[in-house]
Amino acid sequence: MARVETDPVAAAGAPVRIVRRHRLSTRVWHWINAGTFFIMLMSGLMIFNAHPRLYWGQYGANADPAWLEIGSADGRGYLRIGETQIDTTGVLGVSERDGRARRVAFPAWATIPSTYDLALARRWHLTFAWLLAVGVAAYALASLANRHLAHDLLPGARELKARHLWHEIRAHARLDFPKGEAARGYNTLQKLAYLGVLVLLLPAMVLSGLAMSPGMDATLPWLPDLFAGRQSARSVHFITAWLLVLFLVVHLVMVLLTGPVNGVRAMITGRFRLPEERP
Amino acid sequence: MSGVTRRQLLRGAGLAAPALILGGCDALGASPSFRDIVLGTGEWLSWRIHRLIGADALAREFDPTEMSPFFRTNGNTRPRSAEWQSHAADGFARFRLRVDGLVERPRDLSLAELKAMPARSQITRHDCVEGWSAIGKWTGVPLGAVLAATGLKPQARFVVFHCADDFGGAPYYESIDLVDAFHPQTILAYGMNDADLPAGHGAPLRLRVERQLGYKQAKFITRIEAVAALGAIGGGRGGFWEDAADYEWYAGI
Repeated sequence: MARVETDPVAAAGAPVRIVRRHRLSTRVWHWINAGTFFIMLMSGLMIFNAHPRLYWGQYGANADPAWLEIGSADGRGYLRIGETQIDTTGVLGVSERDGRARRVAFPAWATIPSTYDLALARRWHLTFAWLLAVGVAAYALASLANRHLAHDLLPGARELKARHLWHEIRAHARLDFPKGEAARGYNTLQKLAYLGVLVLLLPAMVLSGLAMSPGMDATLPWLPDLFAGRQSARSVHFITAWLLVLFLVVHLVMVLLTGPVNGVRAMITGRFRLPEERP
Repeated sequence: MSGVTRRQLLRGAGLAAPALILGGCDALGASPSFRDIVLGTGEWLSWRIHRLIGADALAREFDPTEMSPFFRTNGNTRPRSAEWQSHAADGFARFRLRVDGLVERPRDLSLAELKAMPARSQITRHDCVEGWSAIGKWTGVPLGAVLAATGLKPQARFVVFHCADDFGGAPYYESIDLVDAFHPQTILAYGMNDADLPAGHGAPLRLRVERQLGYKQAKFITRIEAVAALGAIGGGRGGFWEDAADYEWYAGI
């Protein structure tokens, strides 16, 4: 991330500084994930639809208490978390497809395939899971080897001081993002978000997914223990999926706010135009 | 192209992406060759990797205190077959399990004969493909002991379980490979939770193949057949749900 070039297109006025921002490994992994994420999420929601209840512990079935449930009663859809139940008719529990109200947990527009087919959803999910899991593992190893983790992602001790973090949070809240040289690397909040996804959320996703496999549980008995049981692993898998959705939403909003063309171009070509400092 | 329209284009693309993915995935998923060749990769990889890293791994066995208070039933809970009903009426006293196909000595085994063979009890977790789990205690004869009694011909590669129940006239059946067939926890269960196997859970005999999902645990077994290939049986995919709904034959994941 060192080479500085002058943008030939904008060379007329003040030189616009172009830096190498993303390694090839980062760019390839990013775009594989961009596609895989939607397939995993949407096929995962279809799998959830087969039994839209979540439990804690080793076992959990219809007669056992569910901490989360999406269901329907008297034509109304609901989401219940613990004791709290909200009416979600139209989206969760009851939604329309082809002009007819259907009793289904997640609506047709959110699932792969769009109509109920657990077998096909599992095929999508369990095939693309290989791409996701091998991608995460390969990228984590590559990031150790090429020092991406140490150089670009791990925040320094100074960055983690409460004062600095507070300063960054306030600047972000004012939509005042780093400019010029300061925009060359990731800011601390970016580092923490990317690091959280790479070392926490995605590994949790893969491990909790594996922990639901009876074959893997026999081979690696510590897998379900990591989550205190298979049904807990299923709950963690669901929660982590939504944390990744939250990351994606914030990520896309930030890309739009900080210059989508420059950002997307940088993730394709690796060249990033440093945002100009305000006079 | 001005910056604003480019931005709008990107935003539009972002909003349209899920819809495009969904439409594309529905179209791809409807293609049988894509379904089997591309989307079949996951199942095949899982099966081969599981066999590579843990062919003889044992499923966890639980403590009696960890059992589900209520073990739900699903699928068929009472076969319509007149023969099964007549056996059920007299407590399966005249019931015989047929073991044939590529075996050296085909046998017809009564429940009493099966119960006289070595027995195994195990408290294991049953995982339905739909997502729920229940923990129960199963007692039965290891399938390996039954197959040792009949002997297997060298061409045998799979063991098929024919069942008394059916869905709309299509009989239930399932199949496993020989690694699972001779796995020490693979049993023909005649008891559940310290009682006779109830009808809802597959009386008089059900398969327990503990490292796979619920639909592999064939209930109401009447016949066990050793075969070299699965293509000529039922719809050719190795099991009722594999034929009817395209579930994966290897259900270890």
